Amino acid sequence: MIKIKTTDRYNITTLRSFMTNILCLLAALVVISIIFLIAGVNPIYAISEIFLGSFGSFYGIKETITKAIPLILIGTGLTLAFRAKFWNIGAEGQLLMGAIFATWTGLTFGEALPPYIIVPLIFLAGFIGGGLWGAIPAILKIKYSINEVISTLMLNYICAEILTMLIVGPWKGKTRFGFPGTNNLPDSAILGLIPGSRIHYATLILAILCAIVLSVIIYKTRFGYEARVVGENPDAGKYAGINFLKTSLILMAISGGLAGLAGVGEVAGIHHYLGYPASISSGYGFTAIIVAWLAKLNPLYAIISGIFFAGILVGGDAIQISLGLPAATVEIVNGTLLIFLIMGDYFLNHKITFQFSSK
Amino acid sequence: MRAISKSFQGIHANQDINLCVESGEILGLLGENGAGKTTLMNILYGLYQPDSGQIKIDGKTVRINNPVESINHGIGMVHQHFMLIQNHSVIENIALGYKDTPFFFPKIKIKDKVEQFSKKFDFHIDITKKIWQLSAGEQQRVEIIKALLNGADLLILDEPTSVLTPLEIKELIAILRGMKAKGHMIIFISHKLDEIMDICDRVLVLQKGKIVGSADTNNTNKKSLARMMVGRDVVFNINRDKLAKGKKNLSVENINVIGDKGLLAVKNISFELFQNEIFGIAGVSGNGQRELAEAITGIRHISSGKVKMNGRDMTNKSPRQIYDNGVSHVPEERIRFGIAPGLFLYDNAILKQHHLKKFSKRYFLKYKQVKNHTKSIVSQFKVSTHSINNQIRNLSGGNIQKLILGREISEQPQLLVASHPTYGLDVGATEFLRKHLLELRKQGSAVLLFSEDLEEIFELCDRVAVIFDGEFMAVLDSDDRRFSDIGLMMAGSKRIDPMEKK
Repeated sequence: MIKIKTTDRYNITTLRSFMTNILCLLAALVVISIIFLIAGVNPIYAISEIFLGSFGSFYGIKETITKAIPLILIGTGLTLAFRAKFWNIGAEGQLLMGAIFATWTGLTFGEALPPYIIVPLIFLAGFIGGGLWGAIPAILKIKYSINEVISTLMLNYICAEILTMLIVGPWKGKTRFGFPGTNNLPDSAILGLIPGSRIHYATLILAILCAIVLSVIIYKTRFGYEARVVGENPDAGKYAGINFLKTSLILMAISGGLAGLAGVGEVAGIHHYLGYPASISSGYGFTAIIVAWLAKLNPLYAIISGIFFAGILVGGDAIQISLGLPAATVEIVNGTLLIFLIMGDYFLNHKITFQFSSK
Repeated sequence: MRAISKSFQGIHANQDINLCVESGEILGLLGENGAGKTTLMNILYGLYQPDSGQIKIDGKTVRINNPVESINHGIGMVHQHFMLIQNHSVIENIALGYKDTPFFFPKIKIKDKVEQFSKKFDFHIDITKKIWQLSAGEQQRVEIIKALLNGADLLILDEPTSVLTPLEIKELIAILRGMKAKGHMIIFISHKLDEIMDICDRVLVLQKGKIVGSADTNNTNKKSLARMMVGRDVVFNINRDKLAKGKKNLSVENINVIGDKGLLAVKNISFELFQNEIFGIAGVSGNGQRELAEAITGIRHISSGKVKMNGRDMTNKSPRQIYDNGVSHVPEERIRFGIAPGLFLYDNAILKQHHLKKFSKRYFLKYKQVKNHTKSIVSQFKVSTHSINNQIRNLSGGNIQKLILGREISEQPQLLVASHPTYGLDVGATEFLRKHLLELRKQGSAVLLFSEDLEEIFELCDRVAVIFDGEFMAVLDSDDRRFSDIGLMMAGSKRIDPMEKK
């Protein structure tokens, strides 16, 4: 008979933490390979195609960076929320709300204002939109003890429906010839691109700035300190006199606000008008959860893990075309990676020993 | 049970304990918290394995590896905290723990059996009700039914009355007498003398893991039991300077506080505390000390009554407001309340103080000052750690405690609320801490000291209150001769009226 014993592990070194992550990624790749085999595809070929598709060509790199922008923005926001053990699964909805606010601002004031006023204005509007949408579950959680996983998740669907209602109803644009969607944003509100790519550089710079600012907030400020204490031990937070409502509101406003900024980038940088929810965001809000997790909840690492996952998204598109795999393949890859990363966390914090006994 | 010993990390929880129960007998197990009562019963119930010694049932030596085997040997246990599923009905809960429950339609099959049992022992319980609709007393009866249905001849009750109202206690006693009459054996764990005298045939007194006395309840009295439990006659060994009382620092007026179990945990308590004074609250833990401390420091809601500090009303103010008024708190459950385990030592060293000017400037924390402050606590209180950049969960319990104490004491509080401050500390650290408390007193602070350690109480305190079941049994100067009966007061069998003269 084999007995399995788990004990807590102390003194976790950076090296061990890093190696655990690498091992998890490798283990996930093995499982993903099996899935590819079942689908009748040579896994080595498929996986190398993913990375060649994303990082192997100039076009691929440009696309990867384009997709990394929203992932970095949302991912950094999530690191803050997850530090405080506030499980924000609603970044998708917060992104859409940011896009809605930005579109309204752009359509209403864009004609009359020059770019250097309207662009900051739509980013501000997007931050407020996402932030407000993020604040709702914070209030629900603290005031009425409603589980934030449920409320943030459900608010995604509500926001998607609100958006759909707007674009088929009151906001439907004349220039769309009867198809759902708003009119294009005025030129002054559209973000500039790096020539020859789809990289809206304003948002890219903003994303990297946000990651830096957020790491300062988490590690250097009083608010970051309180958020970490609440996440580590809510009872200690109570004892230390931390105001839970205030802390949760601020951190969810920031977390949601950053998702809102990502929404602004997608609308004003890529699509130029508000269309169906699925076209505005291809699940960035969910992929960013894995980004934050792989970054070990450190905003600066989120830049790297954001680029990594953007690569998988781009490479996934590539193999869909070259190997004829279904669109869900990328989601399978992402989901498998997340599961292994979370398991890795368990093995990092616990030591497993097997005891063999004769009986 | 013969010569049972068990130790945890070198501390003897049980040492050479012999215990026997005969059928139709109620055996009382008396002792202070941490005396080893629960450990002993957990060994009998198969939750722990003894390091040495053997268990015999009906003359046969048995080895009990887990609770299932223990149930098969006819042993049932009702824990202090009920193991019931709140959203399920009584019958469903019973079916869940019953060994002969069929896989299909479990409720129908065992319904008759439960009703028959409940009639036999006068349980009066509606088996279709959900658990959350029942009172604590009724839930306890469900636990007893569960044990009996599994054929328990020996029933272990761990502090069964601590969650009950006085009426429910009477009902429980009636049920236990009925079971005794039908030949069941019962082991009744308690620290309340009155109940033990009332219910039990025989009493064993445990102290620090050893049996220090046993007696038939017919041939003994509360006084001698109390003496056995406390372990010594109270010695007055005071070597602190006499200090004149300072200004009034804290006054507590008729406060009532509700505990975690929804019952009143602090009942109409009033007292005053002055500068240059250490006021001790002695008692077996679980008698409202934690709730009282939490109410004063703002963690727990006060349902009625007033708390004033320096004349200002601080009733139900937030913990931070109270802290800013000069009140420090060393909580009883230090690991639960006092630290954020995954954060670094220096993060934990300013918990509660991080908003003060000296550690933060506008929105930022001054980590340089924070680290210096941490270093000074670490060296002053001899916290052993290789670095202050270490997660606090890597430290041993004693070292965590030293850090928390250092944090709370080094600030020169006007009032320090300290719950069991020396619990778990080694001798040297204990000595250091006690000196520091006396030093605080000299410098004009007031200290409210909760402790189970009588030696500590009498060594440090100017005045002492004895708390039992949420009420003060006596408030006396610590050199009052009437404290020779402190054991009786701690067990709730003696009360001294504050008006009564020496």
